[in-house]
Amino acid sequence: MQYLVSVIHDSTELATADEMAAIDVFNDRLQAEGHWVFAAGLGSPSTATVIDNRGGEAVFTDGPFVESKEYLAGFWIMEAADLDVALKLAAEGSKACNRKVEVRPLLGE
Amino acid sequence: MSQIDVGEAITRAHHEEWARVVAALTRRFGDLDIAEEAAAEAFATAVGRWPADGVPPNPGAWLTTTANRKAIDRIRRENNRDDKQKEAQLLYDDDPPGPLGVIEDDRLRLIFTCCHPALAMETRMALTLRMVGGLAVPEIARAFLVQETTVGQRITRAKAKIKAARIPYRVPCAEDLPARISGVLAVLYLVFNEGYLATGPDTDPVRHDLIAEAIRLTRLIRALMPEDGEAAGLLALMLLTEARRTARVSASGELVTLDEQDRGTWDAALIAEGHRLVRERLAARVAPGRYQILAAISAVHTSARDVRATDWSQVVALYDHLVRLDPRRSSPSTGPSRSPSLTARKWHWRPSTVSRTSWPAITPTMRPAPTCCAGWAAVRSRARRTTKPSSWRATPPRPPP
Repeated sequence: MQYLVSVIHDSTELATADEMAAIDVFNDRLQAEGHWVFAAGLGSPSTATVIDNRGGEAVFTDGPFVESKEYLAGFWIMEAADLDVALKLAAEGSKACNRKVEVRPLLGE
Repeated sequence: MSQIDVGEAITRAHHEEWARVVAALTRRFGDLDIAEEAAAEAFATAVGRWPADGVPPNPGAWLTTTANRKAIDRIRRENNRDDKQKEAQLLYDDDPPGPLGVIEDDRLRLIFTCCHPALAMETRMALTLRMVGGLAVPEIARAFLVQETTVGQRITRAKAKIKAARIPYRVPCAEDLPARISGVLAVLYLVFNEGYLATGPDTDPVRHDLIAEAIRLTRLIRALMPEDGEAAGLLALMLLTEARRTARVSASGELVTLDEQDRGTWDAALIAEGHRLVRERLAARVAPGRYQILAAISAVHTSARDVRATDWSQVVALYDHLVRLDPRRSSPSTGPSRSPSLTARKWHWRPSTVSRTSWPAITPTMRPAPTCCAGWAAVRSRARRTTKPSSWRATPPRPPP
C-alpha cells in the first residue's frame, strides 16, 4: 500500500544543510528497506499557477489554489504494509526534515 | 424457561459474547462493518428465536455461528454487486504472529484497533463502546449527550478510515505495546471519568451506564493482559471510586466531599476487590505507573474508618510520587482540584499522629516491569528534570488530551 507523506511548513525558507543531510540519510534508509517510491521538495507557493480547463478554455491564474499560512513544502510517496508502518516512517521523516508531516493513503486500484 | 430467564440469558450473552463475536468476525472477514452488522443481526435473531426454541447450551457458539452465516450472506449479496470493491475493503493483517502469542485474543486486536492513536479521542471512545462494549449508537449518544447522528457519523468515519488508511487489526509489537496500552487505558479512564463527573450541562452528577461499561471493559483488559500493572491499577482505581458511589451524592443530588461521606454506605465488596488488586501490585515490587499510584491513594482512603483515621502521610507521599512521575500533568496549574480527598486533607492535616495502615510504601527504587522499560525510562528522565518538590496540591489525574 502506498502513502503520501506531505511536508507542511509555514515559511518559505529552504531546508538547512543539516536538515538536508538528515533527509538524505532518511531517504537512503527508505530505499534500502524498500519503502521508497518517490520524494521531492516543492518551489514556494508564490511559484504556483492554477489551471482551470473545465469550461472549454483553459484559464491560468497566478498563485496557489488556496492561500494559507501553512502549505505543502514537499512530499514522499512511501510503500508501507499498513498505517502503523507508515506512521513510524512519517515520524522519522518529520524529524529528519524538521517539519510537520501529514500521512494519507493513496487510493488502491 | 420463562420469558424473564430468556431475557436475562440474552442480556448476559450480550455482555459476555458481543466483543468476542465482533472480534472473531473482524478477524475472519477483515471488515469491522460486516462484523458489527452481523453480530447485531445474530443478537436480533436470538431475541426472536430463543424464547420459542430455548436458550442454546452454548450461547456464544450459537451467536458466532449465526453471525458468521449473516456475514457470509451479506458478502454474497455484495459480491454479486461489486466484487472488486469488496476486495478493496478488506482489513489487513499480514503480520506473522509476534512474541505475544500468549495474549493473542481477537478481542485485544479489536480493542487496539478501536483505540488506535490515528483516531480522535472522542472517536476512540465511541468506537470502543460500540464495537467492544456493544452499546448501541443511541445509548452512546445519550451517555455523552451528543446527537445520535454525531455518534453515528463518528463511528462510520472511523470505520472508513480504518479500512482506507489500513489501520492494522493486531496487537502492537512489544516495542510499541507500552505506549499503546496506555492509550487504551486512557480511553477507558476517560469513559469512566465522563460517568464519574459528567461534563454536560443539566446532567446527573454520576452516569452509571458509563461507569459500569468502563469497569466492564477494564476488567476485560485486565483479564486479557494480566501481567500489565497499569491495567490492574486502573481497575482498582475504578472499583475503589465506584465503591463510594452512593455516598458521593446526597439525596438532593449534590456531591458530598470525602470527609462528609457516610462510610457505612461504601461498597465493602468493591473495596475488598480494589484492595486485593493494589496489594497484588505492591507484591509485584515493580515501580508503579500513575493508575497504580492513584489506586493506592484510594486504597489508603478506603482503609480508614473515618477521615481522621486517614494515613495522610501516606497520601502525601503517594501524591509526591505521582508528581515525580509526571510533573507536567500533576501541576497545580492544570486545573482546579477535583479530588475530595485534597479538600479533606487541607482541613484535617494531622501529620503522623494517625495509625499506620497496612500499605507498604511505594518507592521509586522498585524495578520497572520488563514490558514497560521504554515508558519507564521516559518517565524517569522527565522526573529527573524536576528540581523543585511540588506542592501537595497536585491535581488528581486529568485524562490525557
